[in-house]
Amino acid sequence: MTLFRGRRILAGAMTLVAAVALTACGSKTSDTDTAAGVSADTSGDTVKVGLLNSLSGTMAISEVTVRDAIMLAVEEINAVGGVLGKKVEPVGEDGASDWPTFAEKAEKLISQDRVAAVFGCWTSASRKAVKPVFEKNKALLFYPVQYEGLEQSPYIFYTGATTNQQIVPGLDYLKAQGKKSVYLVGSDYVFPRTANKIIKAYAAANGMTVLGEDYAPLGSTEFGTIVNKVKSSKVDAVFNTLNGDSNVAFFKEYTSAGLTAASMPVVSVSIAEEEVKGIGTQYLADQLTAWNYYQTTPGAANEKFVAAYKAKFGPDKPTSDPMEAAYVSVHLWKAMVEKAGTFEVEKVRAAADGITFEAPEGLVTVDGTTQHIAKTARIGKVGADGLITEVWNSGQPIKPDPYLKSYPWATGLS
Amino acid sequence: MTVLFGQLFTGVSIGAVLLLIALGLALTFGQMNVINMAHGEFIMAGAYTTYVLQQTITGAGVSLLVALPVAFLVAGTMGVLLEALLIRRLYARPLDTLLVTWGVSLMLQQLARDVFGSPNVQTRAPELLTGNIGLPGGLTVANNRLFILALALAAVAALTLALRLTPLGRRIRAVVQNRDLAAVSGIATSRVDRTTFFVGSGLAGVAGVALTLLGPIGPTMGTNLIIDAFLVVVVGGIGQLKGSVIVAFALGVLQATGEYLTTLSVAKVMVFVAIVAFLQWRPQGLFTLRTRSLA
Repeated sequence: MTLFRGRRILAGAMTLVAAVALTACGSKTSDTDTAAGVSADTSGDTVKVGLLNSLSGTMAISEVTVRDAIMLAVEEINAVGGVLGKKVEPVGEDGASDWPTFAEKAEKLISQDRVAAVFGCWTSASRKAVKPVFEKNKALLFYPVQYEGLEQSPYIFYTGATTNQQIVPGLDYLKAQGKKSVYLVGSDYVFPRTANKIIKAYAAANGMTVLGEDYAPLGSTEFGTIVNKVKSSKVDAVFNTLNGDSNVAFFKEYTSAGLTAASMPVVSVSIAEEEVKGIGTQYLADQLTAWNYYQTTPGAANEKFVAAYKAKFGPDKPTSDPMEAAYVSVHLWKAMVEKAGTFEVEKVRAAADGITFEAPEGLVTVDGTTQHIAKTARIGKVGADGLITEVWNSGQPIKPDPYLKSYPWATGLS
Repeated sequence: MTVLFGQLFTGVSIGAVLLLIALGLALTFGQMNVINMAHGEFIMAGAYTTYVLQQTITGAGVSLLVALPVAFLVAGTMGVLLEALLIRRLYARPLDTLLVTWGVSLMLQQLARDVFGSPNVQTRAPELLTGNIGLPGGLTVANNRLFILALALAAVAALTLALRLTPLGRRIRAVVQNRDLAAVSGIATSRVDRTTFFVGSGLAGVAGVALTLLGPIGPTMGTNLIIDAFLVVVVGGIGQLKGSVIVAFALGVLQATGEYLTTLSVAKVMVFVAIVAFLQWRPQGLFTLRTRSLA
């Protein structure tokens, strides 16, 4: 009996090997064959794209919505005939809020599923984990979340904001409001630490003082001491780079300590509409956020996006900046591929410069050198209905500057 | 001065949370020597009970009050099922119990994920518990922290009284002190075990309700808590409640002070170093139960 079962397993394994071998043969007909790495399988009627987001763990609260937005864009593209005549077939993987898992799944999407591009990642830690995988395989990642800058991988397109499109305008806003001192609270990983380095350099050059700096491990829910320190420091404002669920515990503690937006405003860079819903508006009333897009951003493109999203995922589901950036990234990829006339990664990259898209946030333009996009910065205020309304914007799209080369105070940061 | 008081209060309230999550474990691990890795998931069950009740009962205050006994029953029932179906077959096999209950904890996490979804859920806190009480000199005390402190102390008091004064409590203490002698004296030890497990697991459920006031509710919330809970019980000493109570507050204050003087990560390291040093000095924990039992 055991022997018989053993044989069956062996037979199964053989079939699998044969199938893999056949797929490998099929790839010969695909239009790419770079020296290193695996090329995308574009031999059939469809082209696969990878979706890499955390569907479980501490980051799931945020990343699930990004997955939904990518799916919406894929559907829209398929409804108008796909890309280069091929239907887009999404292959989803769960990064599980665990950085090594992200790297493993990225490798799987590239080598086994042979996708033409991957859309996803949220935390910088996950992006840093997958970066070598994409560079080794010469495959494309579209990263949809605001991040700490100081990075420019040839195989990553950054469709979220870099620091000069989000954090620097946020600081400019605080300065214009007459805030002289800030307290930095963040999760303990690469994004908040780098962002705070930039904030400290900005503060030193602009006559602001940083009265304190504290980090909590990702997923931490004990903020008694940090809030106590913030409160006793009597700062003018708090700059919050906490990520994920820690925000829930932080704002509950903040409110319990009697601190409000009127007495000590918090500017958050990782709290969008979806997170507001999760934290509860009772804890976030009138607090500030820095982004490039809000559900309330005016314009026909946004009305269409919001309506389509709500029709597909439910009327009570808000749209947010990372979702919009993810949605835009799929459309930008389509435009790049169509301009290049091929799915071949190097040609797609070469075609990227100057690609524009009428995005829900307004017109965005891809900058071929940095592989970032020009975006308008927007400061918003959380309302009682859970939506964020704009209180200030930069007027025009800000050219991406991931290494902050055009800011004299930032020399020495990179 | 304000800061010092604020920090002391923060430390005490961290201690109260530790105490609440460790109290049930002090009963099941401390008294019965069962290493229940699924204890954290009973806390999670209590938190989700609060969430479900808030979805059905609209008032945040009423649903929280209703959640306390309901979560106790839900988590307690889960504990009894675990005891009756698995643990009772594995008494005196601690390693097997550890692995089995760890497996159960993974299954319960996945179950929560399937039923409630992977993203964490939130509950609304009653208005009364979102504010704070202002004391003279600019001191403030958060209401939710006060509530948790009161709940933890009430749970300890109720448990102590029950163990001292009720017939059931006497039977539990007898079984802890000498299981064989208790059995010979006519105590149905297996029934006592089951009741102990019900109460211990139920207390985890109550801790879950309290935690909804502080943070999010998610499938993995239990795993983050179980280690802290074991630390408190091990350092406090097995078989006695007062050790757990003292250690919970001591660790809370140590954590808060360390965090204030340094950073959160360094404070965690300090707490662990202190625990390791302490256990070198007193491997049996703060208090030990002296019995004439040979075991």
